[in-house]
Amino acid sequence: MEFHSPTTLDDALRLLAREGARPLAGGQSLVAMMNLELVSPEHLVSLRRVPGLRGIETRADGSVRIGAMSTHAELAASDGPSPGLRVLAAAARVVAYPAVRNFGTVGGSIAHADPAADYPVALVAVDARVELASTGGHREVAAAAFFRGVFETTARPDEMVTAIIVPPGPAHGGAHFEKLSLVAGDFAIAQAAAIIAVANGRCTHAAIAVGASGPRPVRVATAEQALLGHPLDAGTIVAAADAIAAACTPGHDQRASAAYRRRVLPVLVARAIAAAARPGVPA
Amino acid sequence: MTFRKLHSSLMVNDDPHDLLATPGTTLLEALRDHLGFTGTKRGCNHGVCGACTVLVDGRIARACLMLAADVGERAVTTIEGVATDGRLSPVQHALVAAGAIQCGFCTPGFVMSLTELFARDPAPTREGIRAALAGNLCRCSGYVKIVEAAESLAGSAP
Repeated sequence: MEFHSPTTLDDALRLLAREGARPLAGGQSLVAMMNLELVSPEHLVSLRRVPGLRGIETRADGSVRIGAMSTHAELAASDGPSPGLRVLAAAARVVAYPAVRNFGTVGGSIAHADPAADYPVALVAVDARVELASTGGHREVAAAAFFRGVFETTARPDEMVTAIIVPPGPAHGGAHFEKLSLVAGDFAIAQAAAIIAVANGRCTHAAIAVGASGPRPVRVATAEQALLGHPLDAGTIVAAADAIAAACTPGHDQRASAAYRRRVLPVLVARAIAAAARPGVPA
Repeated sequence: MTFRKLHSSLMVNDDPHDLLATPGTTLLEALRDHLGFTGTKRGCNHGVCGACTVLVDGRIARACLMLAADVGERAVTTIEGVATDGRLSPVQHALVAAGAIQCGFCTPGFVMSLTELFARDPAPTREGIRAALAGNLCRCSGYVKIVEAAESLAGSAP
């Protein structure tokens, strides 16, 4: 194993183009995997000294760019009018434990693509795009296409995540992130993330995603469209939540059985929709 | 695969240390096995238990999840750096006074998490204390006396 600590993005990308190279961000997933002898990269490329990868900025068009090396703690502390940023900040606040949030990074977490992690579902709910870079150039991939399966993304081995782009989302949209876990800081049994906008008593925007309930985050376009133009009464919300939960394929693991997840999913999704539909009312 | 060793320097408890270790060596291994700072404990070794909690530039970190070669110029504080001239820190004293200890294996990690908490908030609430300790596991006594010790210290804040 060789350790590299490049000081420019170009140098980092050249090193990552080598066979067996892995980027090291905060190390909160990768070093744990190395300690468990699940991975043993031939070249470790530390991104700590690469400038320009850290920071959260709101751009002129209202979109937000989150640098890949921004920590969970930095994202958790961010605030603003963007409903997408509020969903991601809420997710960041429940990622693991304080010490992990201090050093773990947004880019590292999403590149790891654990289906029970808190960002995949949040990114899919807010229609985020993932910015990837390699020696061949940059490209952006929709979050829904980026997360391909269990610990699997559409990034090529020579590509690294450089940023997350969060679109402005609906004006006055409400945002909510709902996580169910055994204890604070654990990986989720299931999550639901929602952005809902309501005008004149009727739903004008609905984006709802479910996490930790299949190999990748789940969204159901027909269920979201069915909400548009309707008042969000309890019956309407429950019907949408039931339809979305029915599309999930939860598995059985040490945290919960598949049957338990199927029982709780409609409740979690309904809570997320109701809370996002009433911004300012604590969930 | 090659296992070439790597030279790095580590600033631990305000003293510089030279390290010659393989690139995959974690900060925890460097502290315990190379530099003799055995107060930092190895529990799960994958970031769940908090027994290896140290401060890196004043913020709590999992020593098992940071590579020694990646620490660089950042300042590391271990449990050995908390007391001054043999006098226990206020956090350590509060834990002793409350009897907030059983086997003691988790205690250094709890001390580091509480040290960071009180450095940024001298009068945390019970909820704030519990949130700050969410990443530290105690498998024998539970958490009641540990939280009570922190509350007593919070209550004595000016």
